[in-house]
Amino acid sequence: MGNFSMYVEMIRIRFLMMLAYRTNYYSGILIYSINIGAYYFLWQAIYGTQESIQGMSVSQMTTYVAIAWMARAFYFNNIDREISQEIQDGKVAVEMIRPYHYLGVKTMQGLGEGLFRLLFFSVPGMIIIWLAFPIDFSNQWSVWALFFLSIIFSFIVNTQLNLITGILTFFLMYNTGLIRAKRVVIDLFSGLLLPISFYPLWAQDVMGYLPFQAISYIPSMIFTGGFVGSEIYSAIGIQIFWSVLLIIPIQALWMLAKRQLIVQGG
Amino acid sequence: MNVIEVEGLRKEFKSYSSRSGLKGAFRDLFTRNYKTLRAVDDISLHVKQGEMVGYIGENGAGKSTTIKMLTGILTPTAGNVTVNGMNPHKEREKFVRTIGVVFGQRSQLWWDIAVQESFRLLKKVYKVSDEEYETHMKEVIRTLEIEPLLDKPVRKLSLGQRMRCELAAALIHNPPLLFLDEPTIGLDVLVKMKIRGFLKEINRKYKTTILLTTHDLADIEALCDRVVLLDEGKIIYDGRLDELQKNWVEGKQVHFEFQHPVDKPALEEISREYPVIWRQGERVNQWVATIDGEDDTVSKLMSVVMLHHAISDVKLNKVSTEEIIRNIYEEGIKHG
Repeated sequence: MGNFSMYVEMIRIRFLMMLAYRTNYYSGILIYSINIGAYYFLWQAIYGTQESIQGMSVSQMTTYVAIAWMARAFYFNNIDREISQEIQDGKVAVEMIRPYHYLGVKTMQGLGEGLFRLLFFSVPGMIIIWLAFPIDFSNQWSVWALFFLSIIFSFIVNTQLNLITGILTFFLMYNTGLIRAKRVVIDLFSGLLLPISFYPLWAQDVMGYLPFQAISYIPSMIFTGGFVGSEIYSAIGIQIFWSVLLIIPIQALWMLAKRQLIVQGG
Repeated sequence: MNVIEVEGLRKEFKSYSSRSGLKGAFRDLFTRNYKTLRAVDDISLHVKQGEMVGYIGENGAGKSTTIKMLTGILTPTAGNVTVNGMNPHKEREKFVRTIGVVFGQRSQLWWDIAVQESFRLLKKVYKVSDEEYETHMKEVIRTLEIEPLLDKPVRKLSLGQRMRCELAAALIHNPPLLFLDEPTIGLDVLVKMKIRGFLKEINRKYKTTILLTTHDLADIEALCDRVVLLDEGKIIYDGRLDELQKNWVEGKQVHFEFQHPVDKPALEEISREYPVIWRQGERVNQWVATIDGEDDTVSKLMSVVMLHHAISDVKLNKVSTEEIIRNIYEEGIKHG
């Protein structure tokens, strides 16, 4: 149980760090609100007089956009950039003399960041959005429960991709470009900007083989009622599948990375 | 019992050299020239519990690389390392609980949060109980005089303040073995003295073994009975500090400060009969004579020099450790 209290402490420290940079926090709320607002009006214009597109009504779409961004606040973190930074200036050395697993600690820091945003950013943000735009909140507690279960896996899959991108710095030494590319790919292919059912069929097929849909599309579809019944369970099954599968490349890369760890400025 | 046992330790780095010119740069895209660099070359080292060992050498001599292998950060290319009865790399998580490390050039505290929050986290990381923390850390905090700094974020501390906090952070779990990599770099004399006093204190009280690298030989003189001298990855001296001083040079140093510019051949000319080596001092008209011989010879030399050249100042010193080390680097060990 000793490890557990250490991880709680890590999350607490991350809360303190987020509070140390309050301005980031405020500007974050503003950026997210602007994004949601912009997409709301964009979708209003696209729908025009149409009742539904691809089986989604306009109010479902608005809810989809709002919830997708609010879920992003939880699963999104910058640990890829942090790992990359720590590798580049040799801070990883310090981490190696600590009795913990570096990647586990990074994941916990990401979780701390996510929980902070969920509590102090998504929840108040959602209330504001709910007052401003017509959004359907489900009144079924099971939908809420499944949604929260689903964003836990969103966090896991996204964090795993971040870990992979971060660890790649060991081999590339400089990977700001890769980190940026990864961010765009996730925003695009995860269904944050556009539900995956809106893509052409061939693209949907390709995305079916990629882990990105597990990040945003699945929880948002669960929340908006786009998925019902057994669809929900198979969707969460996909998330679990990726969460487990991605452990393999992470472990492999980490083993390789440790072997060729060269601390800079030694 | 030996706390550190190192046998035939070696570390090689592969580094690539770039070819010159645009054509070379294109060729580098496809194939690269690799060079193998031996940073640590077959060293063997045994350290007993409670020893304070100074590990010195020029920049790039392999000090930090050795420390990184001893702490399990780097894997050795060859050789055996046993520290605290464990293989640092194999049993990393268990092993690092038994050591404390301070890197002078790298902070281990969290930059944006108060020092006490870092301490609190480290206390959890090392699973230190409240009672242990109370008794041990209270004392450390008091001796290092960091009580008033605890609620400040690390980024607002001066280097000296930060260094004292780093030292306290490395001691949270009261490790029996402490690695200090240039702990006094860039610090003023008062802070240095405070840190030295503190290290002596914990060594006396807990029999903490300390391995310390530094460029400030005053640290070594104040703390270590034993020095290990490293050059190009090899140990060139391992033994008592006073023996190094005794064996290396028996003699005196005379610092002359002349009123007018003097050149080396002129000085050598007038002091031909004496076993003396001249060296330009730190100031323009300053020359340092190192004499190997009796006191008699020293006074004779001084009178000869003063007879020929007007001087403004003269100082007679014993050869300093710094001087000895410098000579060793420049000429290698000859006297043994």
